[in-house]
Amino acid sequence: MTTDPTKTESRAMTGAEILVQALADQGVEVVFGYPGGAVLPIYDALFRQNRVRHILVRHEQGAVHAAEGYARSTGKVGVVLVTSGPGATNCVTGLTDALMDSVPLVCLTGQVPTHMIGNDAFQEADTIGITRPCTKHNYLVKQVGDLSRVVHEAFYIARSGRPGPVVVDLPKNVVMAEGEYTTPSDLDAPRHGSYRPQMEPERAKIEAAIELIANAKRPLFYTGGGIINSGPQAVQKLRELVQLSGYPITNTLMGLGGFPASDKQFLGMLGMHGTYEANLAMAECDVMIAVGARFDDRVTGRLADFSKGSKKIHIDIDPSSINKNVRVELGIVADCGRALDALVEQWKARRCKPDATALKAWWDTISTWRAKDCLRYRQSGEVIKPQYALQRLYELTKGKDVYFTTEVGQHQMWAAQFLKFEEPKRWMTSGGLGTMGYGFPAAMGVQVAHPEALVIDVAGEASFMMNMQELSTMMQYRLPVKAFILNNRYMGMVRQWQEFFHGGRYSESYMDSLPDFVKLAESFGAHGVRATKPEEVDQAIRTMIETPGPVLADILVDQAENVYPMIPGGAAHYEMKLGPDHGELKETTDKGMVLV
Amino acid sequence: MTSALYSSAPDTAVERHTFSVLVENEPGVLARVIGLFSGRGYNIESLTVAEVDRVRRLSRINLVTTGSRMIIEQIKNQLDRLVPIHKVRDLTVEGAHLEREIALIKVVGSGEKRVESLRIADIFRAHVVDSTNTSFVFEMTGRPEKVDAFIRLMEPLGLIEISRAGVVAMSRGTDGI
Ligand SMILES: Cc1ncc(C[n+]2csc(CCOP(=O)(O)OP(=O)(O)O)c2C)c(N)n1
Repeated sequence: MTTDPTKTESRAMTGAEILVQALADQGVEVVFGYPGGAVLPIYDALFRQNRVRHILVRHEQGAVHAAEGYARSTGKVGVVLVTSGPGATNCVTGLTDALMDSVPLVCLTGQVPTHMIGNDAFQEADTIGITRPCTKHNYLVKQVGDLSRVVHEAFYIARSGRPGPVVVDLPKNVVMAEGEYTTPSDLDAPRHGSYRPQMEPERAKIEAAIELIANAKRPLFYTGGGIINSGPQAVQKLRELVQLSGYPITNTLMGLGGFPASDKQFLGMLGMHGTYEANLAMAECDVMIAVGARFDDRVTGRLADFSKGSKKIHIDIDPSSINKNVRVELGIVADCGRALDALVEQWKARRCKPDATALKAWWDTISTWRAKDCLRYRQSGEVIKPQYALQRLYELTKGKDVYFTTEVGQHQMWAAQFLKFEEPKRWMTSGGLGTMGYGFPAAMGVQVAHPEALVIDVAGEASFMMNMQELSTMMQYRLPVKAFILNNRYMGMVRQWQEFFHGGRYSESYMDSLPDFVKLAESFGAHGVRATKPEEVDQAIRTMIETPGPVLADILVDQAENVYPMIPGGAAHYEMKLGPDHGELKETTDKGMVLV
Repeated sequence: MTSALYSSAPDTAVERHTFSVLVENEPGVLARVIGLFSGRGYNIESLTVAEVDRVRRLSRINLVTTGSRMIIEQIKNQLDRLVPIHKVRDLTVEGAHLEREIALIKVVGSGEKRVESLRIADIFRAHVVDSTNTSFVFEMTGRPEKVDAFIRLMEPLGLIEISRAGVVAMSRGTDGI
């Protein structure tokens, strides 16, 4: 090996040592992983150092979701380490989830030695081929000389621009070979001159946007996860602009916490299960200011009828998000924070004054929508309403240092409706992919990042069972995650759709032979609590919070409850169905039926 | 406010667009491009790829696709988003450009038909690159429509095999990609 004397950091190391060094230099504190033959040299290198901590999960999917929870609650890159073949394929769901929700991850996968690639070797899988469509980028490292550069580049790509997962596939002979290490600072700009996200907004477009915004009669801010990904500047400048203008704002599922929920200008979440006021404001606004949101079909409903009368401004760091589903009048490619900063500056420089009369009329209209009280429910009788349980959970955790994750289903939507977020990075849910089994391991990752905080996974019993093995990991590392299981003995969201759209034929949506979650917790050495009646809910929540260590709270809730409001698939915003006492659900068209 | 700032109006009419794409010449880059098209349901009418800069290790992909305005814009943005892609140019949008294709066309026959095929080849400036007593292989270069026309005319004259290279394209004028 020749050593470049100008590079003081350079010295011969094994690929595995280079990898661990690169992780440490990237500021990685923790890796979520699971060992196997192809990565044993890396595990050996991890064993012989103490800068990078390793959390041994119980299933590789859990590792990826944990890394997602870690990343989303900190803004750092989450790191995963798994073996070849099944280790890598078990990551696919998590990687897809991270891609859809723009979560920065680096996933290190073992691979069979380079000379065996393509021979159907034991535990060989075409990881690069399999993960190509579910990563932002992926690499196969064919020689040790490329290793440090690739790892540094992977981190750069994962966290910059629109964040996303990056896979680095590591053949065993490459991590065993000797090579030289290069620090991140030794690298010039990452080799891919081809990768250069556009951060700064075009000046002329900002001016055009301000013109539209300032002259709006019925304006609305519609903001998403991009605000949170962009960071503190975006959150701060969004608040400033909303306050300066006095305009209403709604958040997507991913964007919750991007704007304080308690603010009187906040209309709540929009979309399929969003509030009446948020969705009608979308339908009726004349200027829509979309920032870091992507006009997902869960948000737009029937495209042909989506906010037909509005001029739309769309700010996003990903040019492909603009004009993908909805034609906008003004697309601005930029980092949300910088674009909002420029907007605030222009607003002030021009001393913009919104049309006070028009704005008052707009807020009056919004007030009439708000008066519907669309999230109203009635807690009566002996059965716990899931909304009630969540409302109590919110009240009893308010003001605490608390993080929430969710699984996927009805409970997720109720959590989005009834928990209120005042700041970003406190709410982690699988939005784009809708991955059941996300919440529990994600909560584990959040807890690793915030050991002193209260971390709660709001779960359905069916989703919980998809990754409940991670309770064992939580016991091992003393991660006091709380699972708040709204147990309706149904795949509730499936049951709801079957009730609405399939004549009440509950095909395979009943959860039979469920475990006793209290005993299940105990069998892992954790604690379990149960509430079966409304008056037991508060005590169960208190016990859950106060008991040290992981707790499973089994909250037996109404089996027949449905999530309202609801805009059925393929319907328009104004065709929203409110609760049972608000009128019948419109017949869903055949076209709507094919939508999920 | 100048209209150039704003996106053009929606348009559902299907258009044919030619892209030139400069990519890092690394393993898998073509798979990324093709995977993008198949995964998102875009059409590929023609695709050619070859290295064009050995020193900087750049390859050029020429791609002909069809779709509505919105789809075409998506294709451009989605391509641009791939990490190893340097430049994406929609030549159709950017103005005057050249498209050329090379094709080998084998015609088997004798007598009148054989003579007729030679006569047409001459008009199209196709060259005979192989011949036997009963066959010709013509090589022809030209705009894709010209190749189409030539092939159509060869059909009744004993056409038995076609090999087309796909479209290569370049903008006219002084600007490089
Ligand atoms: C991995 C996965 N498989 C299937 C689905 C489809 N799905 C969406 S919600 C749901 C039911 C969830 O049931 P549960 O976790 O009990 O939550 P609930 O709706 O009852 O609150 C199913 C099966 C999914 N989202 N993810």
